[in-house]
Formats: sequence, structure tokens, C-alpha cells
Amino acid sequence: MSAQEELVKQSASDMAAQLRSGQVSSRELVQAHLDVIEAAEPSIDAFLQVSADQALEQADAFDQHLAHEGAEGLPELAGVPIAIKDMIVTKGIPTTAASKILEGWVPPYDATVIKKLKAAGMPILGKTNLDEFAQGSSTEHSAFKTTHNPWDTERVPGGSGGGSASAVGAFEAPLALGTDTGGSIRQPGSLTGTVGVKPTYGGVSRFGAIAMASSLDQIGPVSRSVLDAALLQEVIGGYDRRDSTSIPKPVPPLAQAARQGQNRDLKGLKVGLVKELGGEGYQPGVEARFNEAVSLLESMGAEVVQVSCPHFPYALAAYYIIMPSEVSSNLARYDGMRYGLRVMPPEGVPQTAANMMAATREAGFGDEVKRRIILGIYALSAGYYDAWYGSAQKVRTLVIRDFEKAFEQADVLVSPTSPTTAFRFGEKMDDPLAMYLNDVATIPANLAGTPAMSIPAGLSDDGLPVGFQFFAPQMRDEVMYRPAAALEAALEEQWGGPISKKLSTPWLDGLAQDSTK
Amino acid sequence: MAEKLMKYADAVAKYDPVFGLEVHVELCTNTKLFCPAHIEFGGEPNTQLTPVSLGLPGSLPVVNKTAIDYAVKLGLALHCKVNEWSQFARKNYFYPDMPRDYQISQYDKPLNGEGYLDVELDDGSIFRVPIERAHVEDDAGKNTHVGGADGRIEGADHSLVDYNRAGVPLVEIVTKPIEGAGARTPEVAGAYVRAIRDIVRALGISHARMEQGNMRADVNVSLHTGPDAPLGTRSETKNVNTFKGIEKTLTYEIRRQAALLESGGEVLQETRHWDESTQTTAGGRVKTDANDYRYFPDPDLVMVHVTKDHIEELKAQMPEMPRERRARLKKEWDFTDRQMQDAVNADAVDLIEDTVKAGATAAGARKWWLGEISREANARGVSLQELPISAQDVADVEQLIADGKLNDKLAKQTVSGVLAGEGKPAEVVKKHGYQVVSDDGALDAAVDQALKDNPDIVAKLKGGNMKPMGAIIGAVMRATKGQADAKAVSKIVMERIAKS
Repeated sequence: MSAQEELVKQSASDMAAQLRSGQVSSRELVQAHLDVIEAAEPSIDAFLQVSADQALEQADAFDQHLAHEGAEGLPELAGVPIAIKDMIVTKGIPTTAASKILEGWVPPYDATVIKKLKAAGMPILGKTNLDEFAQGSSTEHSAFKTTHNPWDTERVPGGSGGGSASAVGAFEAPLALGTDTGGSIRQPGSLTGTVGVKPTYGGVSRFGAIAMASSLDQIGPVSRSVLDAALLQEVIGGYDRRDSTSIPKPVPPLAQAARQGQNRDLKGLKVGLVKELGGEGYQPGVEARFNEAVSLLESMGAEVVQVSCPHFPYALAAYYIIMPSEVSSNLARYDGMRYGLRVMPPEGVPQTAANMMAATREAGFGDEVKRRIILGIYALSAGYYDAWYGSAQKVRTLVIRDFEKAFEQADVLVSPTSPTTAFRFGEKMDDPLAMYLNDVATIPANLAGTPAMSIPAGLSDDGLPVGFQFFAPQMRDEVMYRPAAALEAALEEQWGGPISKKLSTPWLDGLAQDSTK
Repeated sequence: MAEKLMKYADAVAKYDPVFGLEVHVELCTNTKLFCPAHIEFGGEPNTQLTPVSLGLPGSLPVVNKTAIDYAVKLGLALHCKVNEWSQFARKNYFYPDMPRDYQISQYDKPLNGEGYLDVELDDGSIFRVPIERAHVEDDAGKNTHVGGADGRIEGADHSLVDYNRAGVPLVEIVTKPIEGAGARTPEVAGAYVRAIRDIVRALGISHARMEQGNMRADVNVSLHTGPDAPLGTRSETKNVNTFKGIEKTLTYEIRRQAALLESGGEVLQETRHWDESTQTTAGGRVKTDANDYRYFPDPDLVMVHVTKDHIEELKAQMPEMPRERRARLKKEWDFTDRQMQDAVNADAVDLIEDTVKAGATAAGARKWWLGEISREANARGVSLQELPISAQDVADVEQLIADGKLNDKLAKQTVSGVLAGEGKPAEVVKKHGYQVVSDDGALDAAVDQALKDNPDIVAKLKGGNMKPMGAIIGAVMRATKGQADAKAVSKIVMERIAKS
């Protein structure tokens, strides 16, 4: 194994420790990842933009800071590079939401999370691929490229955040940010053997996250370990006065909870198995890994109980009313007037603003986005509003109550993250409903605003990763980090290291032996 | 395409108008409703922007608390039920001047619910206008159509958009259907909108300058044959931005609809606009089901919570309301209705009050502020407050007159000097050497010379025809460079005539 390969295969927290001890510089870390990106992209295609120059500049600035002023006051991950889902605006780096309609747009401002990463001295490697406007579960709906799953490059990485998940899974980045509206961080995490967290709604500022469905969207960490996710959430979390839905409370002690979990003592913890999230539609290999993981939790002292969330079966239907309704309004602004794509009406058609808007939206949006806009407009229309949007909001309230009741019986809830492992390209593109069912287990947390995370639970019979999902009560994100870290430690002991050890990485073979080039 | 009109008197004799007004008031907060972009009228296009007011991807609105406070004060002044919890909703429609292609307004949970406003009509009677709601929303930008006639979109070859106004806070005050005004419908409407203008100025929450678009009204009206008859179809005339325009819109629409109904025609439910140049309303788009705004609660904004305690705090800050204050001042100043109305319309009530406080008489203060100074303000196209003359200056000039140190003409010149930036009244007087010629010798000589130069006038004066007196006074004024006191001149002339 080359020195560079060794370097990039570490966890982010180990990289951070090496930075502090002077064994490696931020520039070396960034350069190593840029090299991996160059080597891996032909196979993986996770990135829409690589911001090499900016990343190296940021790394140099951090290295200078560390040399002169030390690491005092900086978060633990300071100096460690990160990739950003192209749904989050980055000043000076083109941001597209993987849509033709935003092609070429260079934001004049940074999202709050980007400001926080910059303040933490974390260099930004680039922008990762996604389904257009985060709408999809396979990243196949990107207008620009198809991202491949590192475990089988003939298969999807999940979505919408397939780019961030594959980048982290393929060692192109130690960390990434995603956005999760119905599972867009967790489901790709599940399909690529990475860790994906959707924090409590309002726990991380949405300012600068391009809106898909505002009441459901949440930015969160993508990583290869539970502790890394906790450390990253601590960097990006917290109150932001520029987001009215931001919760004015400090971030809970997440890394502390994760470190505590690594002791693998879960005595006194009550784990609730959600009855409705399993059984029919779940791949046998997924259920097998899930059940084994539950036994491991029990072996560490957790008490396992079954809980019922009777309204979860309606969550998917409610989601597909509320989400497109908000999409139809949030995506109205892409009209060719102010930024991004502008398409003039064809000759012979009056060259009016209205016709220009129509031509721009016709040319600029893909089919899945148009499908959801049309659904949303219908659901909000006069005469249909109460039956569709109104009823969906009632279901949402019932899902929230289901969670509240379940958390009276258990400290954390668990389920498989995705009913299946990664599927082949094109397999579900002609069947939107089959595609939507990928998110059946992840959507309830978005509807309720509760935190949830997916961690690798092993490989299914098909050799592909399976995700294990934890849910915690609102604003109690730390509650899920402890058992997640415990389960991760127990599983890694069985595997003899992180799940990524089982991953073959031919794209890393050609890397230079000398990491200091 | 001139439309048939019925004589107004006949129209209101035969039909009973029912009308409604939606008055939009721009609040004069320093920053926009949902972002910290600075607001200033007349700035360079597209300079008062943030990512939020431009609706850039990823930007989020955050409510301006001052705007909510202002709107609550307006709600209190309009006797509205102020709701502790209210909600912003999205009104979805595509238009180039709307950065997000939806307006953030309030729908089923407005800040201010039902209320009323008592307005005073010209004859001193009071009419109660019932109010449905007064909610908060953000304004759109402004389109300028270039290349067509009158800046209208028809015939224009291109349009420009200025987003400076996009996001400026508005309160929309919606009346209930107003019945029972009959022939006085236009008068009630005008009085109502003026009353709102006065209230928002008294509250200090809007500049309320119609000419700058700080206030505009949508005017709805329909006719029916009597209070118990079913309501007719209404027309809605959008964005009328003068008081007179609002009154004339109603007069015109009542006449037009009456003629239509009389001839067996049908009033279309449509959006019209008031055309100042032709003094008519013109039809626009016909309202159809296609006009569906798909309102839903804005998921970017949590509900607005105004606590009972805070409402009480705001209540305690409320100034005396204009109608009450006006009644008090009118009595104190001994003004006629007309005089008081003129002072109000000129936004001179505060200035007159301050001038009186500085020692002038109310009549004297009124004369200056509504005369010379108003003319100058109109000529410069600015408000009285923006001119370089203060209430104290006007009181000082009045004092100089009272002391006999200035006559009317010199006083006017002094005021002109102050307005021209020459300094305080005393400085202007000193600079130009203004003083009333009270030296009888000089004055006698000037009068004698004038009489000598105008024997024909002297003859007329002797014959008892006093009309040409002005010519003599004029001649004396010219000779004394305007420093003579006209009364004194007149007195001397009469003495000379009597003696001769």
C-alpha cells in the first residue's frame, strides 16, 4: 500500500490527530485526496467540480495558522478536507444542484455551513454529484453525470447524495456534506457502506442549502466513522439567525457520546425495533444483517423492545404530497430572469418574459423535477388543497405522535436504512414508484424532524453494503451517536477493521508511492 | 373605445354601490421585510439587494421585527384584533419583478384581524368603514417598459427590472364590503384613504407619499338595486395611486356599470386599471379559475408570535390619533374645516404646531407654510420638511413683522432668502439691508414725487375713485426698493389728497 493510500484510508479523526502532531500537513492531506480524485474519478464520477486551487490555498492558510498560533480554539477536525454536495452554495465555486438550469452560476455568498467549515480551516475539495435538485434515490437524475458505487461500479450509489457518499466511500474525501429531505444522506450511506446523518430539523442551518422541500431539508455529515460524523456535526451545527427555523440551542455533546459508545457498554439503554419498518419488501440479506446487529446491541447490554408506529405506512404517501408541493414553489425562481440558464422562445413565438420563462424551464429541468413540480401544483390547487396538502399534514402530525409514543417506550429506535442493497443503473428509472420505495424507512424522520443516522451493518449475500438506521428524539442527536458508535465498534471487531477493508479499490493502485510529491 | 356612462346622479339614484378597498402601505423600516438590505427611495437600480431580496438559491427569509411592530401599531389604530400568532404564506405566481416567483404574504392567519375606522366626511359627519384584516407582505420590484407609449407594456420593445423595491414591507388593509355610502361612495373612499395616510404618518411607520408609491389602493365596486337585492358582479381596479384617482375610479365605475346594467349588459369580473390621462378605467385580464395562487404556509418561516405584553407595550407608545388631534388643533387654532384640511393635505400640521410653539400665531404660521413655502416645495418637488427652513425661522419672520421691522413684501423676500440657503432670517435681513422705511421725510418725498408723476391718477383719487391707489403705492415701492410700508404710503396719500 502506498503512503498516500494509507493516508487517505484513515478516518478523519485520525487524520486530524496526525495534523496536530505534525506528522502530516493540511496541504499533504489535500494533495493526497486530489491525487485520489484524479485516479478515481474515471471509475466513480462523484464530483461535478474539483476546487483544487482553493483547497490548497485553504490548506496552506491552515498550516500557517497551526505553525504560528497553534490549534487552540479550533475544532478537532481543523485542517481536514471535505467534499460538498452541489446542493449547498459555495462562494466563487459554481453551484448547480446538478441541473442544467443553474449551469454556470457562481454564488456570490457562502452557505452558513460553508462559513463554519472555512472558519474551522477545513479545505473544500469540490462539489459532489446528486440527483437534480436532490430529487431521486440513485443520482441517475443528475443532468451532468452518473456516479458509480465503489462496491460495484455497475450499480448506483443511492441518492440523492450519491456523489458525497461515493466520494467518501472511494476515499476521494474523508468527509462530505449532504442534504437529507427524505433520506438523501442516509440511503446513499446505506448503499455505499458509509455513515450518513440527518440531524434534528433546525439543528444545522439551512441558509445556503438550495431548497428542495424547506420543511424537510436538513444538511448533515457523510463519513466513514460514527465519531467523524459527530465531530463534523459539531462543526456545522448550532443556531443561525439567518435561518428562521434554526433552533436557538447549542449543539449537544455528540463526539463525547460517540466516544462513550466506543466503550461498548449499552447497559440501561432501551432500543425500540420499529415493527412497521421491515418484513415485506425488505431484501432477506438486509434483514439478516439487521437482526444480527440488533443481537449485538443486546449483547452489549441494551434492552430490545418492539414498538409500533402505526402511521409510518402512510408516511411515504404524505411525503409525496408535501415534498412536491414545496418543490413546486421553491423551484419557481428558476425562471431565466436573474441567473443560470436563459432560453429565448422559438422564432415565431412572442419574445415575452412569460414565454422566455416557459422555454427556460422546459429546457432547464429534467423529467423527475418536472414530474414533482406538476404533482405539487396539483396538490396545492384550489379545491384540492384540503384533500391533498391538508390531509398530508394531518398524517405528518400522526407520524410525529407515533415517534413521541415510541420514545416513551425506548431511548432509540432502529430499522434497516434501505429495504435493498444497491441496484443496477436503469433498473428503477422507468418506475418512479419503485424508486420512491427506497425511502420508505428514511422518510418518517424527515416528516417528524427527528434525527436519524445510517451506519454500515455488513454486506448482504450479494456482497453489497447494508445500512442500519438509528432514530433519536428531537434535539437529542447525542442519544443515537452512543449506540451507533458501540455497534460500529462491535462490528469492526468482527470484521477486523472498518467495512471499507472489504472494499477493493483498483483506482488507488496507480497512486504514487511518494505522498510528499 | 369609449364606454357608455350613466349620469352619476341617475346611477346612484337607481343603484346602490357596494365597494371595498385594499390599501397597500409601504412601511418605512430601515431594512427590508425579510433581509437586512437597506431601503431608500430613488436609489440606483438594483443596488439595494442581498441574496435574500434577489431570491438567490439557498437564501432564506427572516422576519424584520420592526416591520411587525409597525404593523401591530397600525392594527391597533384601526381597532383590529391583533393576533398573538400569525403566519406567513406563499402566494405563488410567475412575474419578472418577483425574485422568488412567489410573494410572501399572509393568508388565513393574518397579523391583524377585524377592525374599523371612523372617517370624517366634508360635512363633519362620521362614517364607519369596517375592516376585514390588515396583513403584512413583501413588495415586488418594479418593471420599466421601454420603447412603447406612456411606458406601458403594450408596444414596448424591452423591459427593465429594478429589484430595489422587492422585499420592502407592506401592510395590506382590506375593508369588508362597504355598504350604505350611496352617492357619497367616492367621498367616503377618499376620506378613508386620507385617514389611513394621516394615521400611518402620525404613527411614523410610513412616509405615505402617494407619488412615490408608498400607498396604493385596489378599488372594488359592484352595484345592486337595493340593500336586500343580491350583489352584482364587481370590478377590481388595481394600483390606483392618487386620492383623486381613487375617488374618480369609483365615480367612473359606478357610471359605467350602471349604464351596462341599464342596457341589459353584464358586468365582467375583471381587473381594470385607472388611466390618469383619459380619466377612465380600462379593462384588463378577465378573472378566471386560472388565477389560483396556491397559497400555503411558508415553510421557511416559523409563526409570528406577538405576546400580549408586547402588544400592551406598543399600545402605550401610540400617539394621539390624527382625527382627535386635528379636532383639538383646529379648535385651538381657530381654523375652518377647509383650512385644516389644507394643512393636513400639505403635511403641515406638525410644522404649524411647532411654529405656534415657537411664538407665531396659528394664522401666521398657516399663511407661510401653505403659501410661499408650499409653492417652493412644489417647485422643487420635495416635502416641506426637506426645505431648508424651520418652524423657528418662520416664527422669527412673523416676529419681525409684528415688531414692524418687516412688511409683507420684505418678509417674503426674507423667507425666499432663507429658502435659498442664505441663512437664518436675521442674517438674510442684515445681508440685504431689509428694513421698513419709516422715516417720514423720505417716504413723504417719494409719495410727493409719485403724485407729481401721475396727475391723472391724482384726479381720479380726488374724484373719489380709490381703485388706482395701487399704482401710487407701486410707484412708491419702486422708489424705496420695496422697503416702504404699504399702509403708511396709503395713509400719506390720503392726507395729501384731503389737503389739496
